[in-house]
Amino acid sequence: MSDNKNEWIENTLNPATARGARKEQFTTESGIDQDWVYGPEDLKEIGFDYNEDVGYPGEYPYVRGVQPTMYRGRLWSMRQYAGYASAEESNRRYKFLLEQGQTGLSVAFDLPTQMGYDSDHPMSLGEVGKVGVPISSLRDMEILFEGIPLDKVSTSMTINSTASILMCLYAAVAKKQGVPQDQIDGTIQNDVLKEYIARGTYIYPPAPSMRLVTDVFEYCSANMPKFNTISISGYHMREAGATAIQELAFTFADAIEYVKAALDRGLEIDSFGPRLSFFFVAHNNLFEEVAKFRAARRMWAKIMKDRFGAKNPRSWTLRFHTQTAGVTLTAQQPDVNVIRCTVQALAGILGGTQSLHVNSKDEALALPTESAVELSLRTQQVLGNESGVADVIDPLGGSYYIEHLTKTLEDEAFKYIDQIDKMGGALAALDAGFQIREIHDAAYKHQGFVESGERVVVGVNQFINEQAPDSGNILRIDPAQTKAQVDRLQDVRKTRDQNRAQKALENLEKVAKSDENTIPAIMECVESYCTIGEICDTFRTNFGEMEHKAGI
Amino acid sequence: MPVGDIIKVLVAKPGLDGHDRGAKVIARALRDAGMEVVYTGIRQSPAMIVEAAAQEDVDVVGLSILSGAHNELVPPIVDSLKDQGLNVMVVLGGIIPESDRLELKNNGVSEIFGPGSNTQDIANFIKEEISKK
Repeated sequence: MSDNKNEWIENTLNPATARGARKEQFTTESGIDQDWVYGPEDLKEIGFDYNEDVGYPGEYPYVRGVQPTMYRGRLWSMRQYAGYASAEESNRRYKFLLEQGQTGLSVAFDLPTQMGYDSDHPMSLGEVGKVGVPISSLRDMEILFEGIPLDKVSTSMTINSTASILMCLYAAVAKKQGVPQDQIDGTIQNDVLKEYIARGTYIYPPAPSMRLVTDVFEYCSANMPKFNTISISGYHMREAGATAIQELAFTFADAIEYVKAALDRGLEIDSFGPRLSFFFVAHNNLFEEVAKFRAARRMWAKIMKDRFGAKNPRSWTLRFHTQTAGVTLTAQQPDVNVIRCTVQALAGILGGTQSLHVNSKDEALALPTESAVELSLRTQQVLGNESGVADVIDPLGGSYYIEHLTKTLEDEAFKYIDQIDKMGGALAALDAGFQIREIHDAAYKHQGFVESGERVVVGVNQFINEQAPDSGNILRIDPAQTKAQVDRLQDVRKTRDQNRAQKALENLEKVAKSDENTIPAIMECVESYCTIGEICDTFRTNFGEMEHKAGI
Repeated sequence: MPVGDIIKVLVAKPGLDGHDRGAKVIARALRDAGMEVVYTGIRQSPAMIVEAAAQEDVDVVGLSILSGAHNELVPPIVDSLKDQGLNVMVVLGGIIPESDRLELKNNGVSEIFGPGSNTQDIANFIKEEISKK
């Protein structure tokens, strides 16, 4: 029996390697080299100190989880991202999901809503109700949440450039239900920096966009203390091709930029720090993903405590939503996607996520059908209630391998952040095209690995079944629903109190030109049934529009 | 097309869909395969794309749509290219359901490449089709 790893390598491993290994080199998705096995020597080599580096759940640096009780107290929020066709259809699906045991809502908006165009704008051609629900005015929002008690349900909204408008619309519906602002529980994504980097739904140039983000921070710290003002997202950058290391680095570089903007506004770190939340992907490589989530918690705790001097432990805790990786879904043999999604969901859970969306098997073909979405929710319920993985906190903590990988990911991500700091921060780096270039290079490299067969994609570059049946049913959006949406919008424009709407827009214009917080003026606009297009046009006129860079 | 001429491709993102990982990877792969490639960037209206195709005098327009707006956005591009007398091959990529493909192909789209397509196959397809012209 060997006394240490070196002895084992010499006595036992080396004689056996004559037979060879499956591959010459084993690396993670991020390209981190993997040893055959990890032992205490590996942790010693990186100066691992359990108490200092890891600790226990609910305590700094929160590697093992942000709450002391984690999933024994309560399972993660099962939050399937949904929205399509019309406010009526989406309202029906939310009620269906809630009846099936889903514990929070997650709203997908269509692209016109995300880009500040009304449903009848020429740029909305073909896009109304496609990737989410169309919302042009408060009338649509009232229908979307009809019969859903906003004091009991928390709602996450994937909305960025128009985030403050959707937040005001949500608050306006809550008000009509008799729910005061300080009781509203939910999240807006509101992360415009990653839109410039990866997702593309930006409207204005960075400076006014950052102002709108900071307006939300300021307004909510005074008025909506339970509302998560931002969900700083690595997800879309990873989907665009980033590695796990880049996902961590670029997300936190963005987070640092938002914190700096809020501090520049004169906000106190602990007044907005506890309401910052995050959004990551759960990708294929199970252990690298678990290590990534653990590293993320330690990184954020250090950034907030050491870099920004936050005193409130709630500011140190990284709370995040997770979604399985859309890019890993294959159009070939879509049923196999259920397995991919399950493994990825497991990574999110073993990584201690607060909230989870599991993709549906048919999403490489079209929008998901109701039965496919139900299967995704059932996947979560099986993992949470049958598998036992939620019964012990951070079950992989202390594994030589996981702790080593957690440290490597953290170190590599901090190196990137240092590099971005030296460039002047995330915005300056973005201006130089840095993140976009790095992500595109990684995406191209990945494509090369897949095409050379170095990375196996079952059913695509290996184990191909030419006779595999296609997916069967897919979801279709009825064009009649687009027309109904446009009719309703035009009716709102005709029947509202024109005087009030006009005054609200004039006031918004005045506020946009000043350095006042925009939220109260937006709130008055939405309550006057001004449309998203009208509000955004007012901002476009005053803020200008971001130029699109091709970036290759 | 005479042998040895460089094939010129416009890669374009019609509509509001901002997901351009695929468009950019294809653009780079076609460039690596020896073609001259212009990428429009995101958020292009059909009119902007046709204008760019005419201006750049391209042989091929490659469209990428993941938002489900293909049935509304592709026909105006194909029709307007024809109306302007531009002899341009149109290929399409993205999330295009099987049941929409036949109609798009009957209406002037040469080929549709879904998720998992190999970039070499796409390059080879373009080269073969253009050489027939």
